[in-house]
Amino acid sequence: MTDRPHIEVKDLCVTARNAQGETFPIVSGIDFALKRGEVLALIGESGSGKTTIALTLLGHARPGATIAGGSIRVGDAELTRLDRTALAQLRGNRIAYIAQSAAAAFNPSRTIMDQVVEPALIHDLMPRDKAEAKAVELFRALALPFPDTIGARYPHQLSGGQLQRLMAAMALITDPELIILDEPTTALDVTTQIEVLRAFKAVVLERGATAIYVSHDLAVVAQMADQIVVLNQGRIREAGASAQILHSPADDYTRTLMAAARPAMRPTPARAAVPAAPLLEIRGLTAGYGKIDKAGRPRMPVLRDINLTIERGATLGVIGESGSGKSTIARVIAGLLPPASGQVLLDGEPLPPGLAGRSRDQFRRVQLVFQNADTALNPAHSVQQILERPLAFYHGLKGNAAHLRVMELMDLIRLPATLIDRNIGGLSGGQKQRVNLARALAADPQLILCDEVTSALDTVVGAAILDLMAELRRELGIATMFISHDISTVKAICDDILVLYAGTMVETGPRAAFQTAPFHPYTDLLIGSVPEMRAGWLEESHAGRGPPPIGAAGDHPDLCRFLPRCPARVDGLCNITPPPRHPLAKGNRILCHLGAESLCPS
Amino acid sequence: MAGAATFSGMKAALILIGKRFASSLLTLLLVSMTIFVIAQLLPGDAAQEALGQSATAEQVAALRHEMGLDRPAPVRYASWLSGMVSGDPGQSLVANMPVAEVISSRLPNSLLLAALTALIAVPAALAIGIGSAMNRGGRIDRALNITTLSMVAVPEFLVATIAVLLFSVELRWLPSIALVSDEMSWGEYLRGVAMPILTLSVVVIAQMARMTRAAVIDQMDRPYVEMAVLKGVAPVQVVLKHIMPNAIAPIVNAMALSLSYLLGGAVIVETIFNYPGLASLMVNAVTSRDMPLLQACAMIFCAAYLILMLIADVTAILANPRLRAQ
Amino acid sequence: MIAVSLQKAKALPLSGKIGLMLVIFWLAIALFGPMLAPYPVGAFVAYDVFDGYSAAHWLGSDYLGRDVLSRLLSGARYTVGLAAAAAMLASATGTALALTAAVGGPRVDEPLSRFMDMLISIPSKIFSLVLVAAFGSSLPLLLLIAAITYVPGNYRIARALAVNLVQMDYVQVAKARGEGRFHIAIAEVLPNMIHPLLADFGLRFVFIVLLLSGLSFLGLGVQPPDADLGSLVRENISGLGEGALAILAPAVAIATLTVGVNLLIDALPGRGKGR
Repeated sequence: MTDRPHIEVKDLCVTARNAQGETFPIVSGIDFALKRGEVLALIGESGSGKTTIALTLLGHARPGATIAGGSIRVGDAELTRLDRTALAQLRGNRIAYIAQSAAAAFNPSRTIMDQVVEPALIHDLMPRDKAEAKAVELFRALALPFPDTIGARYPHQLSGGQLQRLMAAMALITDPELIILDEPTTALDVTTQIEVLRAFKAVVLERGATAIYVSHDLAVVAQMADQIVVLNQGRIREAGASAQILHSPADDYTRTLMAAARPAMRPTPARAAVPAAPLLEIRGLTAGYGKIDKAGRPRMPVLRDINLTIERGATLGVIGESGSGKSTIARVIAGLLPPASGQVLLDGEPLPPGLAGRSRDQFRRVQLVFQNADTALNPAHSVQQILERPLAFYHGLKGNAAHLRVMELMDLIRLPATLIDRNIGGLSGGQKQRVNLARALAADPQLILCDEVTSALDTVVGAAILDLMAELRRELGIATMFISHDISTVKAICDDILVLYAGTMVETGPRAAFQTAPFHPYTDLLIGSVPEMRAGWLEESHAGRGPPPIGAAGDHPDLCRFLPRCPARVDGLCNITPPPRHPLAKGNRILCHLGAESLCPS
Repeated sequence: MAGAATFSGMKAALILIGKRFASSLLTLLLVSMTIFVIAQLLPGDAAQEALGQSATAEQVAALRHEMGLDRPAPVRYASWLSGMVSGDPGQSLVANMPVAEVISSRLPNSLLLAALTALIAVPAALAIGIGSAMNRGGRIDRALNITTLSMVAVPEFLVATIAVLLFSVELRWLPSIALVSDEMSWGEYLRGVAMPILTLSVVVIAQMARMTRAAVIDQMDRPYVEMAVLKGVAPVQVVLKHIMPNAIAPIVNAMALSLSYLLGGAVIVETIFNYPGLASLMVNAVTSRDMPLLQACAMIFCAAYLILMLIADVTAILANPRLRAQ
Repeated sequence: MIAVSLQKAKALPLSGKIGLMLVIFWLAIALFGPMLAPYPVGAFVAYDVFDGYSAAHWLGSDYLGRDVLSRLLSGARYTVGLAAAAAMLASATGTALALTAAVGGPRVDEPLSRFMDMLISIPSKIFSLVLVAAFGSSLPLLLLIAAITYVPGNYRIARALAVNLVQMDYVQVAKARGEGRFHIAIAEVLPNMIHPLLADFGLRFVFIVLLLSGLSFLGLGVQPPDADLGSLVRENISGLGEGALAILAPAVAIATLTVGVNLLIDALPGRGKGR
């Protein structure tokens, strides 16, 4: 009995039904087993079936799908043989689930405490007061703020990282023997992810529960899992112990995944010795929403005092977490959001602040490429229509000339010419993103503003897009503003980097200056939070350990925005005086009181 | 901390409700202007109408002066509006008595009919809508879907006709005319209004059930519902404890819309069954071009609609913690 | 084109196919009905009033001894034609205004939406009654009244759609490309509203059929000697007590038309929400 694995899945098959009513398998031939207390990771890209498999361990299939065959054993329970009532007794009791987006998985109309203790109450495991006491204990263990009162709040009052930890508390309230974690940190910023991972590892995994961890990120999995199962299109490509998969993957697909996960450094073209006037220059830009006061600050500022330049043919990486205002920079340059104060100069000439007053040529020279090609391309149009519009609009190309140019563009983005009549819905994610790029290229721009162009894509597809962009840049010499949340990608492909925190530039410099410490404390946190693909990184990393105590902050509007989270903050200095902007020896400028000597080396 | 949050949250909700109330009042004011303006577009006027074609220009002018019709439009609007607010919307031209009196003899009938219908229709619609949603895609759901879909499209006079054929011509259970009077006992009254209620219920239940189903189903695919299922919550509890708090706002909104229909939209049912309600009074006012009466009726229906929508919106504010507790 | 339509029709569920057949049937009747009528519309041809089914009079005779089938065939044209024209007018106006509001920014959107909100708070039957009282009920006026009554409803739906679409990235891209408002409204936004707008058009059509039949039934709609299906129900109301076919037939005719449209819309993929 003791040798028997705790969880055993054999020849599992899940089917779905398509619009024509035909049944087809979405996952098949799945076998794995794990011992009590082990963590198994299901790894794969979107459509690999990883979540589908994870849900079957709760005896659940999403609407439209059916568990069609095989066996799923958890302890002594064979889930495929249980009826609905028996399954309901296991769920949230012996088997718990932590959903991908906690913000959506919490009921918006009920308090956190209500929802956290619900599993314990419906399974009659303990009275409400005991359950609440246990919940508070878990909140504390998960390092949540205000553990005693946080339960009285509603989901919309809490952040994504807090909700994800609260979801863990909800899962743990019944001391389950199996926990399913479905991409629990994917929706989070990298600096929040590290905190949540730590909390999970400390509380979830060290209580001896068996766990299934679903993820697309090998580096995250390396921190959590004992075993890894690599999935592709509903089938297992490779399975084995973590160390084996990470260090000596046997399968080609696994190797592709690993290669794509870490962007290769791309050489930057040599710059002109005598820098001409920059292509784009931004001076003292402040932007936001709401009324603008006399000092030129809007009521809800998003960007404060931004200064930057982009040389001809150069790439500037803009990096920051969600809400940092990085996309707003692109919107301001494109004219979609008129700035509250400051100037945008293209080729030395000031651009009119909004859309109104810009000449067609000014529009042509700056092109915007959005993150999500699904929403950036009009689903009512065909590829040809999408590419012909800028040709007609900017260059007056019609008929055969336009058609020839469309063909050239298709060739440029490596798409077969047969696709031009397709509607956008008929293209894959990667193909859409290529069309999205081609539309910008059709204008013959001098500057492309790329807003998170790879983050909606699977890593392998995203890496191919980055390769394409590097190639286009070499061939066409177009300057790029590359907006991203992923510092490793930015470090790999950009000439210059700008780090944005809460709308202020905290660090700027050439990419060489971002390879070695010292950094601004926020940059340091960002770089230190990116998981490395080896076990033990999470324990060694010093990132996200929390800031030292500090006195109350003054009310100066220009105080350091990073102050509440800064691990290097100094009482009596950072909370009283606004930080100066000063250069470091290696070539970058930071907005911080501290000099190179007091910034901790990474 | 929690206490303070709730307090400031309630304050925020009260401010929101106050704003919503003010906006309803403003809308009602605009509606009154619209109705007044449209009524002014009537070719000829009340004085001409009252005296007939044979009257001389002087006679008409004298009556116009007497009725105050020669004053500028804004002044007439103001005096009409202040009359409406103080409960005296003028003199009915045809009945030759105060509009207030004509209306007060009919309004209770309309309210009673609407209330009795709502009493039957609301629970029935909730049961059908929620039941249908829980059975989504199943046989019962599809059957109910087709049934309610057809019901909302069937004209009331067909429902009424079939009801008459069935219950008074064939079965002879119920009278085909809803005669009601003050001397009637409750039993007699209920027998008298059974058919109007039945007819109205058919239409209103179908409307409300469809919208209830849509509101519940709209929530069913949300991740929090899957989460509740994966916590082991029983299906009925998933609907009652998890979905309903989020679906209540659109459902109440649907109910309010349908109930407003019970007052103003009952025109045809009242006419067929000769029920002395407000809506058939309004039809008479249209036929006889009795503008003061028509305007007053229209204002009552619009006010009823706005009150119901206000109730629905206040429910939505109170049900949503985003609006209630910031 | 026809092959594609046929294929789409085949993909409809049974209820949708029934709906489609009913709709086609009534369109055909509206177009060719009067040609098929066995008797002249106004002729007194039966010996008895409120006759039941007979070989000579398939749907019996009415309160004056006229042939119900013939009157129904010609009445359908009024009902379908008026309602279709009014629904088209209402949808075109409402959608055009909605697009204007959506691309015109808050300065256009605010007052327009406020105005429409005000109109929508006048229940449609009440609104049309007031309009009939003020303007009368000739055929063109009825058409106009029905259209005006349902513009706010269409506006509300179309604006909600358009405002969402204007936020889409591809519209932002078009703006940043320097496109004008007209191009954005017509080329970028409108094509993505077609499906829900078609469904809404169907719903408006049903509402208008019911409204116009209701008005005619009350004697405030189509005036004699013209008669739509609602008028037929009204003129034969005295036969209600004896369960005459003359009153049932036009009422059932209206129901099959509106139910048919509703079934069809419900079966269409990506249908919009409506009541």
